[in-house]
Amino acid sequence: MLITALNGLAAAATLFLLASGLTVIFGATRIVNFAHGSLYMLGAYLGWSILARLPHTPWGFALGAVATMAALALFGALLEIGLLRRIYRAPELFQLLATFGVVLMVQDVVQHLWGPAELSLPRPPWLRGFVLLGGARYPRFDLIVIAVFPVLLGALWLGFTRTRWGVLVRAATQDRDMLAALGVDQRLLFTSVFALGAALAGLAGILALPDGSADLTMDLSAVTDAFVVVVVGGLGSLSGAALASLLLGMLQSFGVLWLPRASLVLAFAAMAMVLALRPNGLLGRPLAGRGVGEVVAFIRPAPRALRLAGWFALGAAACAPLILGPYALSVLMEMLIAMLFAASLHLMMGPGGMPSFGHAAWFGIGAYAAALAVHALAAPLPLALPAAVLLAAFAAAAFGWFVVRLSGVYLAMLTLAFAQICWAIAFQWGDVTGGDNGILGVWPGLGVRGFYWLVLALCAGGTLLLRRVLAAPFGHALRASRDSSLRAEAIGLDTGRLRLAAFTLAGAAAGLAGGLYAFAEGSVFPTYISLQRSVDALLMVLLGGVQTISGPILGAFAYTGLYDTLLSLTDYWRFVLGAMIIVLVLAFPQGLAGVRLPGAAR
Amino acid sequence: MSVLRVERLRKSFGGVQAVRDVSFAVEAGEMLALIGPNGAGKSTCFNMLNGQLRPDAGHIDIAGRDTAGLPPRAVWRLGVGRTFQITATFASMSVRENVQLALLSQHREVWRLWRPAAARHAAAAEALLAQVGLAAQAGRAAAVLAYGDLKRLELAIALANAPRLLLMDEPTAGMAPTERVAQMRLVRDLASARGLAVLFTEHDMDVVFGLADRILVMNRGALIAEGNGEAIRAHPEVRAVYLGTGATSGGH
Repeated sequence: MLITALNGLAAAATLFLLASGLTVIFGATRIVNFAHGSLYMLGAYLGWSILARLPHTPWGFALGAVATMAALALFGALLEIGLLRRIYRAPELFQLLATFGVVLMVQDVVQHLWGPAELSLPRPPWLRGFVLLGGARYPRFDLIVIAVFPVLLGALWLGFTRTRWGVLVRAATQDRDMLAALGVDQRLLFTSVFALGAALAGLAGILALPDGSADLTMDLSAVTDAFVVVVVGGLGSLSGAALASLLLGMLQSFGVLWLPRASLVLAFAAMAMVLALRPNGLLGRPLAGRGVGEVVAFIRPAPRALRLAGWFALGAAACAPLILGPYALSVLMEMLIAMLFAASLHLMMGPGGMPSFGHAAWFGIGAYAAALAVHALAAPLPLALPAAVLLAAFAAAAFGWFVVRLSGVYLAMLTLAFAQICWAIAFQWGDVTGGDNGILGVWPGLGVRGFYWLVLALCAGGTLLLRRVLAAPFGHALRASRDSSLRAEAIGLDTGRLRLAAFTLAGAAAGLAGGLYAFAEGSVFPTYISLQRSVDALLMVLLGGVQTISGPILGAFAYTGLYDTLLSLTDYWRFVLGAMIIVLVLAFPQGLAGVRLPGAAR
Repeated sequence: MSVLRVERLRKSFGGVQAVRDVSFAVEAGEMLALIGPNGAGKSTCFNMLNGQLRPDAGHIDIAGRDTAGLPPRAVWRLGVGRTFQITATFASMSVRENVQLALLSQHREVWRLWRPAAARHAAAAEALLAQVGLAAQAGRAAAVLAYGDLKRLELAIALANAPRLLLMDEPTAGMAPTERVAQMRLVRDLASARGLAVLFTEHDMDVVFGLADRILVMNRGALIAEGNGEAIRAHPEVRAVYLGTGATSGGH
């Protein structure tokens, strides 16, 4: 019991190291730093290299930790000056995307420099030391980690209340514009806040080394944990982050005891419960208006030429099996499925106004539902696909019930966290999902051509249906809820129910796309729910233009083509893709909606 | 029976009593102006009337039903149209579509998923727009309208469900002086012709004294005076806190 509690405290300390940096950065700059996990990973790898060159003593470790923090602070400062400073006024989704670009680039850089293998520290005697506590042995190092928590909390508290710098940061957290009007140069302030956050992430990284290792997946798992903590505690609230770290750390360590399989689900359930009762987190305040110029475009019906082109493309796609070989057909199928997937996300984030950073969740749920129906229940395709749609719709409705009342950042972070948890379940629940090996042998029982036509019919039909819904009264009412929920409620619209319906519909369509994908590939893997897939969908929608109805269709085709080309050209596709995302965001900081691309027709 | 009857309405924010024991009534066909200095509690009052805020205490009777605590959409269903101090319209839609949506909602058709919305109630929407003088702008994006035209659009939207009560929070703010009187004269005519009850706040004293049947004056959350233009102009406390002792702004 005591040991479990101590483990919980140690987990809480690590969570707090990560979350405090994230929440302080958010508070001051209003940027949700997706790359926070990457800073943590860099801290672990850099720390590993630095410690390897220092004596393996406590003092050597302390020196290494300080050096790592200094290096990360420098890196963080450069990141802020080079990238984030330029996008403070961009829509939040673009900020998330840009920092995700950093995540991709750091992944490839780390893999290039340190290699793909896990790195662990040699463990000198002082690290292996134990302390006797109530008859049980407890690692001494973990006690040090636990001690970091109150020390850090105290230091941050003193820093924020007793120094001029801290007062300015808190002022910026409350009202940036007012602080600017008072003549305070915020650039240095924000850079220093970011450097501090990065240093804390680096410290978390190096402290993770003795009990574990540095590996290439630690960035995303860390940032998901940190998001959950920050959301539960309240965005921008330091004491909230401390409280939430304690809560979730304890939940994690006791959860493993009671429900070994469900510890992640437990964390998620806690988060859902907190947000249902307190939509701004435990100690968070409602976010003040961000004053961000979200461009709302005037939506018109598609011109006749575009419609004709669309029908012509559909006709050509229907004839394709008569001309093309199996490989070309499989590429086309991938594009068609991407189209439906992107259109479903577009419904949610465009007209629905709900930016989702975890749309892969519904895709993956659909894929796994179809595969499990085939495998466990021996269901044929005509039963497996409806199962995929229904399960995804049901999950989306249940999850949507919690999140449709939330706005921008909270929604994006929660959808992301939910998708990561679905991913973890697919990954860990090996008995059912096959874990990393996935589920193989999910074949449609149709010829290539027959299946292609089915995919074409369902994807084109589904996409057209979504378009039809958007032009129907429901679609108008949904857009109205986004444009002005105040006015929408004042003319009798139930904005919450409208959004929930859109969320469910989008989940169902994504589930259908996922189910079809499972059959097209003949298998399902946890990567179907990966963050990468969510971001793929986001990029397709953004590439085509969020504010257009035809955008996601064109975006899906363009992006799938681009992506396949990139994969075949270079091993460092993550680096290139990340760099492209960043360039895209820097070039169009107001979103592509402000730009008229040739593809941005309605 | 009064269309709107408010009894001992109360609302506090923290330690501040924004609205204290306010009671009044509006009859059908009557235009009632609610005036007072900034921070008097006028908007808080409005927000309680249409359900955006829940009163701490008191009753709000609309056409014989107690609506305190009902959400705005339920209050709207009882026949209450609302315009906002800062206009709220749907920026991604055309002017006509803005009004059409209100009509769709009134006919309980917003959950239809199949037939396009474009043609539904188009003629009725055009008629409403013509009424407020926006017919020529029907096809334009609501987002590009001038502020005065947005106020007119809000009025058209508010009229879409043939309301029995119209709540207008600073309906002419941002309009040119001549437009103001024209806009409120239109409302005056509607009120008389349809027996529409209108409650509005306004800082333009020409509009208030020229068109309102009765005037309520609020200060620091409480009603300090009630009466016709002459009585209000002569009221010493109103002159002290709002009109100014020179009382020239009424200017007749």
